[in-house]
Order: sequence, then C-alpha cells, then structure tokens
Amino acid sequence: MALYSEKVMDHFRNPRNVGVIEDADGIGEVGNARCGDIMKMYLKIEDDIIKDVKFETFGCGSAIASSSMATELIKGQPVSEAMKLTNKAVAEALDGLPDYKMHCSVLAEEAIQSALNDYEKKRSNG
Amino acid sequence: MIYADNAATTRMSETAMKTMISVMKENYGNPSSLYGFGQRAREILEEAREDIAGVIGAGRREILFTSGGSEADNQAILSAAALGKKNGKLHIVSSAFEHHAVLHTLNKLKKEGFEITLVDVHENGLLIPSEVGEAIRDDTCLVTIMYANNEIGTIQPIREIGVICREKKVLFHTDAVQAVGHIPVNVVDDNIDLLSASGHKFHGPKGVGFLYAKKGIRLTNLIEGGAQERGLRAGTENVPAIAAMAKALKEAAAGMDKTSGELIKKRDRLIKGLREIPHSALNGDEKKRLPSNVNFCFEGIEGESLLLLLDDKGIQASSGSACTSGSLDPSHVLLAIGRVHDVAHGSLRLSIGEDISDKDVDFIISSVREVVEYLRSFSPIWRDLESGKKQHIL
Repeated sequence: MALYSEKVMDHFRNPRNVGVIEDADGIGEVGNARCGDIMKMYLKIEDDIIKDVKFETFGCGSAIASSSMATELIKGQPVSEAMKLTNKAVAEALDGLPDYKMHCSVLAEEAIQSALNDYEKKRSNG
Repeated sequence: MIYADNAATTRMSETAMKTMISVMKENYGNPSSLYGFGQRAREILEEAREDIAGVIGAGRREILFTSGGSEADNQAILSAAALGKKNGKLHIVSSAFEHHAVLHTLNKLKKEGFEITLVDVHENGLLIPSEVGEAIRDDTCLVTIMYANNEIGTIQPIREIGVICREKKVLFHTDAVQAVGHIPVNVVDDNIDLLSASGHKFHGPKGVGFLYAKKGIRLTNLIEGGAQERGLRAGTENVPAIAAMAKALKEAAAGMDKTSGELIKKRDRLIKGLREIPHSALNGDEKKRLPSNVNFCFEGIEGESLLLLLDDKGIQASSGSACTSGSLDPSHVLLAIGRVHDVAHGSLRLSIGEDISDKDVDFIISSVREVVEYLRSFSPIWRDLESGKKQHIL
C-alpha cells in the first residue's frame, strides 16, 4: 500500500503554479518552521477574478500536493468562490489524505484565506 | 535500487536464509519435547546460544532469546528496576537520545515512582563518561546508555561508562541493537551487565533478538506461561529464527574487519560529497560513528519530501522529520544534540550496506544535491534565508 494516493503523488512530483508573483495583489503565509510546514500564496486578481496564483511551500509531500491542488481549485474563480474553499475540498480533490496529514489541507485552506484577506485589506486601504 | 536504510533493517544473509529454511523443514520439533526429534531442535537452540555468546564474549547461560531488541530493552530495564525497588533504589540514569524502547519503558517506571536522570548528549552526539558518573546517586539502581545511536550512529564511550558503573556498583545496561554485528562488542571488556540486540539489524531475521544478562543478575519475566528460557521467557522458542540469527551474527563477526574497513571508505566519501551542498551539516561526530551511518541536516527543506523524491530515484533512506513520525516534533535525537526544530525537520539518514559501490555513493550524492536544490527552489524558508530576512543557522 502506498503512503499517498496517485493524485497526491502527481501533485507532489509535478506541482502546479509553483513560484512567486512579484506584483501580487494578495499574499498569505501560514504555518511555521517549527512544525515543519510553511505555505506562501501569491494572488493576481483582476475584476474580482483570480487571474493567477502561485505558491511556495516548505513541507512534506502532502503539504506540497495540497498547496498545488488548492491553487488549481481557485485559479480563474471569482474571489467570492475562492473564499469558500475548504480543506475538505482540497483533500477530496487529491483522492484523500492520510488522517495524520489532514492538517496539510487545513494549511492550504488557511493560506488561500490569508492571501484573500490580504487582498481585501489592500483594496479597502487603497 | 540503492538500499541505504540498513539501520531500519537489513537483507537476510544467504546463510541465514538457508539455515532458517532447513530448520523449518528438517527440525521443526519442539525443543521442550522429550523425544529425539524435539531434542535435536533443543541442540540447535543451544548451539545458537553458544555461538552468540561466543561472539560477544558472554557465557552460554547468559543469553536469553527474545522477540527482538525492544523486548530485550524492556526486560533488562524492568528487571533492574525490580531489583532496585527491592533495595529501595528508585533512581535510573539514562540519556535523552535513547531508543523509544528504552525511553518509553523509563516513562512507565516514572509513573511507578522511579526518578530518571537524563545525562546530556553533547553537540557531537557523544556522552561524557564522567558526566554519567556524576549523575549516579546512592539510590541509583541502573544506568542505561545505548552503544551506538540508531539515527546519528555515534558510538558511545561504553567501556569507560562501564568502568564507572562497576566502581559505583550500579547495574549497566546498553541497547546495542545498532552495534552488535557491526563493531566489536565484548561484554567483559566493555564492563556490561545487560545488553540488548536484534537479529534483523545484522542480516538475521526479524522478530528475534537476545538479551545478555551477566551471571547472577535476576531477571523478571515479561511473558508468563512456561519453563522455556529457564523460566525467564515463556513461549515455544522461535528455533528457525534463532538459528538463523546465530549464523548471521557469526558471519558478521567473521567479516567485520574487512566489511567495516570498506564501509568506512564509502561512508567518508558520502560525507565528503554531501558536505559540499551549501548550508548542510553532518549530525554526530565524524569519526566516532558506525561505519554505515551518514546523517545530515539540510537547511530550508523538509525531510519527507526529500525521501519521497529520493525514492523516485531508487534510493531508500530515512529522515527524522516530524512528518515521518506522525507527530509535530522532529527526531528527539536531533533535538537532543541541539539541532533546532527548523533544521531537524530537514534531516536525512543514510545507512549503507556492504554491497554499495563507489558509483552508487556518487549517485546518492548527486541525487541528494539535485533534490535539495529543487525543494529549496520553492521553499519560502529558503527564500527568507537567501534574501537575508532570516539568518542561516547551518
């Protein structure tokens, strides 16, 4: 029995949307090095649509796969839809995660939320 | 496939396999049975005992067969504690980087009123014998220190610690699971009272090990129900596995000088190559370590990802990252030698075997370098370290 599903391994081996957006409209960073997982999300938003999203992750296989899947799920979506992203949706899209790795999907949800909050904050201040 | 996880388990030697199969086929009798067929199994059992005792310098009657290293650790510690309790001695000395078979048993004793002192493990992964001596009190009933560490491979000054324990008349146990069959271990020269070992760490089968207990030390049995092992461990003996373990150990002992000489060359080549990866560090003393063990920390990456990508390249290794343990904390061994959490998560243990070639070693080095660079390329920690937002530790 493999540790992870094929989908997790696919997103871990070939993560989508890896990198940085220099002029991002929203940036979110969650987790800490002490626990072994950090996710950073960058959003480019135009007309309330997520035009582009990139991530950087320090963490285990499922943390990298969860980041990758989360970015795929929100890319091209309206901000209001992205706000509704749950960790469960991320885990399901990956064909499941081992129980003790569910926190990785939680982190992915939180990273997206944090980046969206940053976008909202910047917008209301701007 | 390059199997570099021999500290986790080893491939059974051909001799051990042949022995095991032949005993299963030809000598399946119960050693407790009185007829000749059973008694032949008893002879095999006793030959194995004699062979094992011979390798570690013990007497035949000082070897007790167990299900492995963990059981031997449990029995050794609980026996010493029972003896201590009888004499009103409820203090035990150990170290923070022992195997969990030792640490968890000590925790259990703590709940029963024992007091445990964990002696410092220094940055190089070594203990200082005098510091062990200083921790010993009038009410100390046991000192338990591992022979060689299972993660970072450092070989402890066991002989010197043994001398101190003898002087202070305190029982001395060593978890020698990683040492026996790999480096010379002699219970007399090393002043050891109790020693645990495991068959599958030296090319024997899994599920079998032994406990050496110096003559005169009264053991407490963990398993009740029969007169096997002189009443100290009930249950029909696993004769095929015991016979195979003895063969494997004899073989390992006979070839030890040659094997370890070769392994040390490969190990040092590996260390030299991995050191060239920027912001990396070897864990544990460079020389006072097992011939097979290499353990590194790489800044800015996490161990599980490293292992999975190395597996894709056909390299099997292990890590002390939290993700590989199922907890939030990384390896207690790396924390004990002072590695901070951030760095301890990015650890890699390679425990090489005799069959590894220079070409394999070079392939490991280039693969680790490639994977570390790749993981760093999208690590937010690495970005912060490289941009100066955070200070490099390694």
